[in-house]
Amino acid sequence: MIRASFAVVASSDTPAGTQVALSNIPNEGNGTIEYAGKLLPVFILAPFAGSLIVIFFPSDQRGATAWFAGAIALVCFLVTAGLYPFVASGGVLHYQLDWIPELGLNFTLRMDGFAWLFSALITAIGVLIVLYARYYMAAEDPVPRFFALFLAFMASMLGVVLSGNLILLAVFWELTSIVSFLLIGYWHHNAHARDGARIALTMTGMGGLCMMVGLLIMGRIVGSYDLDAVLASGDAIRNHPLYLTVLILLLLGALTKSAQFPFHFWLPHAMAAPTPVSAYLHSATMVKAGVFLLARLWPVMAGTEAWFWIVGLAGLTTLLLGAYFAIFQQDLKGLLAYSTISHLGLITVLLSLGSPLAAVAAVFHIVNHATFKASLFMAAGIIDHETGTRDMRRLSGLFHYMPITATLAMVASAAMAGVPLLNGFLSKEMFFAEAIETHLANALDTMTPYVATIASMFAVTYSLRFIHGVFYGSMPKDLPTKPHEPPRWMRAPVEFLVLACLVVGIIPAQTIGPFLHTAVVSILGDRTPQYSLAVWHGWNIPLIMSFVALSGGVGLYFLMRSYLATSIEGPPVFRLLQGQRIFERVLVTLSWKWARSLEQRLGTRRLQPQMCFVVLLALAAGALPLLLGGFKLPPLIIRGIDPAFALLWVIGIACAVGSAYQAKFHRLASLVLLGGAGLVTCITFVWLSAPDLAITQLLVEIVTTVLILLGLRWLPKRIEQPEDSEDLPFRIRLRRLRDFILAILAGGGMMLIAYTIMTRPLPETIASYFLERAYTEGGGTNVVNVILVDFRGFDTLGEIAVLCIVALTVFALLLRFRPQADSLETPEQQRVQNAFDDDHPDRAAGDSVAEYLFVPSVIMRWMFPITGLLAAYLFLRGHDLPGGGFAAGIAMSIGFILQYMSGGTRWVEERLRIHPLRWMSFGLLVAAATGAGSWLFGYPFLTSHAQYATLPIVGKFPLASAILFDLGVFSLVLGATVLMLIALAHQSVRAPRAHMRAARAEKEGVR
Amino acid sequence: MELILSAGIGALTASGVYLLLRPRTYQVIIGLSLLSYAVNLFIFGMGRLRVNAPPVLDPAGAGDLASYTDPVPQALVLTAIVIGFAMTALFLVVLLASRGFTGTDHVDGREQRHD
Repeated sequence: MIRASFAVVASSDTPAGTQVALSNIPNEGNGTIEYAGKLLPVFILAPFAGSLIVIFFPSDQRGATAWFAGAIALVCFLVTAGLYPFVASGGVLHYQLDWIPELGLNFTLRMDGFAWLFSALITAIGVLIVLYARYYMAAEDPVPRFFALFLAFMASMLGVVLSGNLILLAVFWELTSIVSFLLIGYWHHNAHARDGARIALTMTGMGGLCMMVGLLIMGRIVGSYDLDAVLASGDAIRNHPLYLTVLILLLLGALTKSAQFPFHFWLPHAMAAPTPVSAYLHSATMVKAGVFLLARLWPVMAGTEAWFWIVGLAGLTTLLLGAYFAIFQQDLKGLLAYSTISHLGLITVLLSLGSPLAAVAAVFHIVNHATFKASLFMAAGIIDHETGTRDMRRLSGLFHYMPITATLAMVASAAMAGVPLLNGFLSKEMFFAEAIETHLANALDTMTPYVATIASMFAVTYSLRFIHGVFYGSMPKDLPTKPHEPPRWMRAPVEFLVLACLVVGIIPAQTIGPFLHTAVVSILGDRTPQYSLAVWHGWNIPLIMSFVALSGGVGLYFLMRSYLATSIEGPPVFRLLQGQRIFERVLVTLSWKWARSLEQRLGTRRLQPQMCFVVLLALAAGALPLLLGGFKLPPLIIRGIDPAFALLWVIGIACAVGSAYQAKFHRLASLVLLGGAGLVTCITFVWLSAPDLAITQLLVEIVTTVLILLGLRWLPKRIEQPEDSEDLPFRIRLRRLRDFILAILAGGGMMLIAYTIMTRPLPETIASYFLERAYTEGGGTNVVNVILVDFRGFDTLGEIAVLCIVALTVFALLLRFRPQADSLETPEQQRVQNAFDDDHPDRAAGDSVAEYLFVPSVIMRWMFPITGLLAAYLFLRGHDLPGGGFAAGIAMSIGFILQYMSGGTRWVEERLRIHPLRWMSFGLLVAAATGAGSWLFGYPFLTSHAQYATLPIVGKFPLASAILFDLGVFSLVLGATVLMLIALAHQSVRAPRAHMRAARAEKEGVR
Repeated sequence: MELILSAGIGALTASGVYLLLRPRTYQVIIGLSLLSYAVNLFIFGMGRLRVNAPPVLDPAGAGDLASYTDPVPQALVLTAIVIGFAMTALFLVVLLASRGFTGTDHVDGREQRHD
């Protein structure tokens, strides 16, 4: 593989070529490496925790906030630096925390040389950005929010590079998308910022989703989501039939993130962010995540023809178009944005080639681009900050006002243009050297060197424009503010980065060399080529290409200078093709036009067709597996039918059908018949040896009936009209017929399935487990209750929580309940009774109502203690005999509702303290506390008493902890039922009040 | 026995489904209640029908499925009954609130031209 001309030069040339002998690095023992791996979570935890803390800083404390954020970034950087010896010798640090190991999901962090290099970039530039932002942000900006988001972004980005698990990688990847959305939209009062943030999130988020699918498939191919395992199975992935699918999905993620053509347009719009954000996101982090992924998976994905074509084409197009567009930008940051796109394209092209040397160049250029681009963004920010504009048509001659900044910016631009003795030159030379190599004999490969030279020429042009247009020329006129040098420490980060560009550019082998080598070895392993980082490689083709690009670029600039000085933003012709507009149009078409027409065509707001669809779907879902699975009708067994049971169900079926028939016009009759069907169900439970169910069913039946009775009053009157079949429209008759057929099909299907299953022998089920252990381990003989409060206690806890939520919802809904006017009248019976009182002078008004059902109401009152006793009985015997918390709770609530029925709402509430909300909260707390109590003894949540009773201190405790849990269930069921019932019952008290208020208001209005 | 119960389940289901498809909220609530009986019985039937089988263990020995009823469907149905009640209550209140707000008891919150 080593055949690049420059590799030849390297071998003949220099001992200064970077070959870091492995023996130079302190050889750490395994124990120390493991210990060092424990430090990896610091990279995630420290910035995230810092982010949470910073958000609570007062917004006027700019200094303190910046110091704190800077300290955290610095700590991360120092930890990174301290970890270098461990990765330098090819070591890999690991940290693993089991998350869902059954699914192969672990919180695995992994640091090798490449991840180290990226961590160093992220944290080092992070520190510089904090320092810069301290001075950049204005006094009125909410600085804590900025630094909180900044730290969160740093953590997410570190998470991306350190993830040792594909799923974790995807999670952090999406986190960077989300946090960058918030950062770009930091000035959310600005519409451009909002748009830019939205476009960035949509593009990178969609790409991220595709990438996640790709990673999932990749994990399936490898059989593990662990990055080490993935990196070790390159052949398996490349030869898999799904390789192309995985490749395209992953590339959608990487190319959108790295703003590669045709997804590049989000990046210029993201320039609406504060400059420190741009400097961070578009130099060392966000956009580098895409090329990071490409490089990370390079060993397993690269080298195929598909990879070469897709990645290469995207990269080359981006390289050329980005550079071309950059020339025509009038906004300083816009120029830098397109230049970023172009440089990312360069890295992508390098990665597409599939040769190890190109990969080395790619990693090198990632670092170089991060340094010069971060410094350029910061310089642009300084210019913007000190002059009040970023428009290059208005800026000129600034060298006179800010000579130091100008010098710094010039050096950084020169690095961007690839001028010798600067770092950009080195990686560009490597790129040229690779571009002229033949990797695969096709048109794209032949084109590469030409495109590279032209793009490089454009790079020289726009770099020169940045320098010449802004810092030279006539004195600037009518700038918003008078320009001057920025504060000392605002410039410091730029100075540092420019110094780095120079040092790396002049003595690369001694500075970046070892670190680069560590990173490269961790990607390429045995395939690491010989390469040289020397500045001088002799007269060779890359140098000639550089020379052509430099002179051509300078010439081009001076040709276009006068045009650019006055032209409008954007390149000619291409500016008509606005990415954003296309994007918006696609979005509108997809999410509004198509969605709406789809809804119009397929959707309906009417419930009946929807219900019909649901029933049809259920029918199909039930019938299909039977038909496909070769379902055979079971033999019909007529014998052994108990006539009494048969009679019972004749009644039951009659009740059900009658209830359905009467539900429209005779609601009360329908309700009574429904109760009949319920009773038949209840008796069936008794018959078939399920006393627990029978008790609960009976009690619930009572409560449900009372509840619906309470509700009946608020429904509109419906008077039956004689239904002449002539009068009914054909459509309605057809619909009823259709519904009838559907109902028969559903009922027949259920009957068939039920009969088939019930006539087959019972297979071995988990029931045996419960039966065997209910007494020995659960300590109760009533297996059903033991399952509820012990074995499956957690389910029960969930269910009572649902009950609690429903009761609260009912309560809340009824608070806002406004009955219709026709429901407000006094019921007919009360009217008759009141009229009777009025007719008889010896009776006061309301006497008849009070005396109505006098004897039953006295009996009901007396029943209260007995009901309470029954509930207590049901509750206490629950663990061993039929009963339990559910039944007891409902029985007790019936006791309460009987009081309401006999005495009326007001009478009861004057005499009894009823606090259903307290009972419910008590119940939930007791149930949860009982569960949590087992933690105290070192057992999992809701471990029951079998362990509890053997405690040495407490001794033999007669009450099982499951009983306490059941007490919680009891209290909650009681509270929830009573709350629902009395909330509904209260409406009849509230309604007359509302009625009276309305009448009073009317009277006053008349007066 | 099985035949009768499955016929019962079928009738309850059919009545319930027919009511689910009706336009009035009250019809739907009755339909849901009927359907929940059917479903509860169906789940209960999955443990097979046993007459005169003891549901409560004899403390002397561990239980087995041959001599006792299947407790698992029973436990499932027991909570289903209570949750079913909660659902009925919630639906009833939604029904009432909808009637209060819209003035109609049609499931769509407004009268259709026919029926």
